[in-house]
Amino acid sequence: MNINATLIGQSIAFLFFVGFCMKYVWPPIMQALEERKKKIADGLAAAERGRHEQELAEKRAQQVIYEAKDKANEIISQAQRRGNEIVDEAKGDARVEGEKIMASTKVEIEQEANRVREELRSQVAAVALTGAAKILSREIDDKAHTDLLEELVSQI
Amino acid sequence: MAEELTVSSHIKHHLQNLAFGRKHELVDEQNNLWEPTGSWGFATSSSEAAQMGFWSIHVDTMLMSITLGALMMWYFRSVAKKASAGVPTAMQNFAEWIVEFIDTTVRGSFSGGKTTFVAPLALTIFGWVFLMNLMDLVPVDIIPFLVQHTTAYFVADLSPHEVYFKIVPTTDINAPLGMAITVLLLIIFFSIKIKGVGGFFGELAFQPFGKKMLPFNFALEVVTLLAKPFSLAMRLFGNLYAGEMIFILIAIMYSAGMVIGSLGALLQVGWAIFHILIITLQAFIFMVLTVVYLDMAHQEHH
Repeated sequence: MNINATLIGQSIAFLFFVGFCMKYVWPPIMQALEERKKKIADGLAAAERGRHEQELAEKRAQQVIYEAKDKANEIISQAQRRGNEIVDEAKGDARVEGEKIMASTKVEIEQEANRVREELRSQVAAVALTGAAKILSREIDDKAHTDLLEELVSQI
Repeated sequence: MAEELTVSSHIKHHLQNLAFGRKHELVDEQNNLWEPTGSWGFATSSSEAAQMGFWSIHVDTMLMSITLGALMMWYFRSVAKKASAGVPTAMQNFAEWIVEFIDTTVRGSFSGGKTTFVAPLALTIFGWVFLMNLMDLVPVDIIPFLVQHTTAYFVADLSPHEVYFKIVPTTDINAPLGMAITVLLLIIFFSIKIKGVGGFFGELAFQPFGKKMLPFNFALEVVTLLAKPFSLAMRLFGNLYAGEMIFILIAIMYSAGMVIGSLGALLQVGWAIFHILIITLQAFIFMVLTVVYLDMAHQEHH
């Protein structure tokens, strides 16, 4: 174990390697590392931005859905209201029509009844006269008895 | 001079680097007198390596450390060339994980402005020291054995025992100390760059006791300054050297029969697992302390 010129040789080799490392090794690797760091940071930022945008879009979509639901509800209630109105209207119309029909029918019935009553009245008088004439042919004073019957008929 | 393979020669052999320098030969065995032969070559014994003095070089340390450093730089460079902000491949991911870890650590302990120099410095220290330490986990005898026998095969007049090879550069004091000295130079460079020559020497001379105690201050602060890189080198070297030594001692157990040998195998596994922690931790400590020292060099006064 002697101290000798190896000392100097080692120093020179050492300095040479340090110089080489400083010039050709360290800067490119560090540069690549920095670039990758930047790239990753950019990527993360873009992802963050994307996520944010997605959140916004979701919120917007939610809002659109709510609006659509509201509108649909409104339309449905409007339709219901309109339907009720139509039904009510129809009910009213039907009632009026029915009453009209009922009234005209009543009038017709009355007219018929009157007509029948007139007819009966005239016929009853005739039948009664004929019957009475036949049964009581002889003893009847035409004049007196006609007056009596007239009176009877008028009571019908 | 083929020595007999004893425990102590085995250990000694493992602790000797492959030294290249001026060849010496023993001329007077009694007085241990060595003379240079005038030619250059590899030392064939520890004593000869010691005689080579400062102007010799540990070829194994340099070879392993430069190979490992180049391997690391090749890996990171190949990632850097293809680095993109897209989906990373597994290889890119691993490199980015390390780079990010270093970047975070440096930013946590360095407050002196831009990290364009300190961060790559930290990455180089961590990766390189870790890989050099990692060689400690390669079983101690494999690579030296291969190197010895191939060399001895090709070079006729060498016996395997005369070829040395240590594969863990950080267990050679020269490697950590060389790096630590570079760190010291960087500390001085940045101190002067930030605070100026006056500011730097002022810091050394005028504190902690004011101008009257200038020589005392100076002595104290110089010791503080030098202790930083020295402790840096010694901590790394000491940990790895001790770890290596224990691996060598465990390896010796294999030659002591079945029972002790199996015990050795268990110990080897345990120590290797524990050592994974140590080698990573030591690389990390070397890196963090370097960053902290450079941060202190950037600070204006305490």
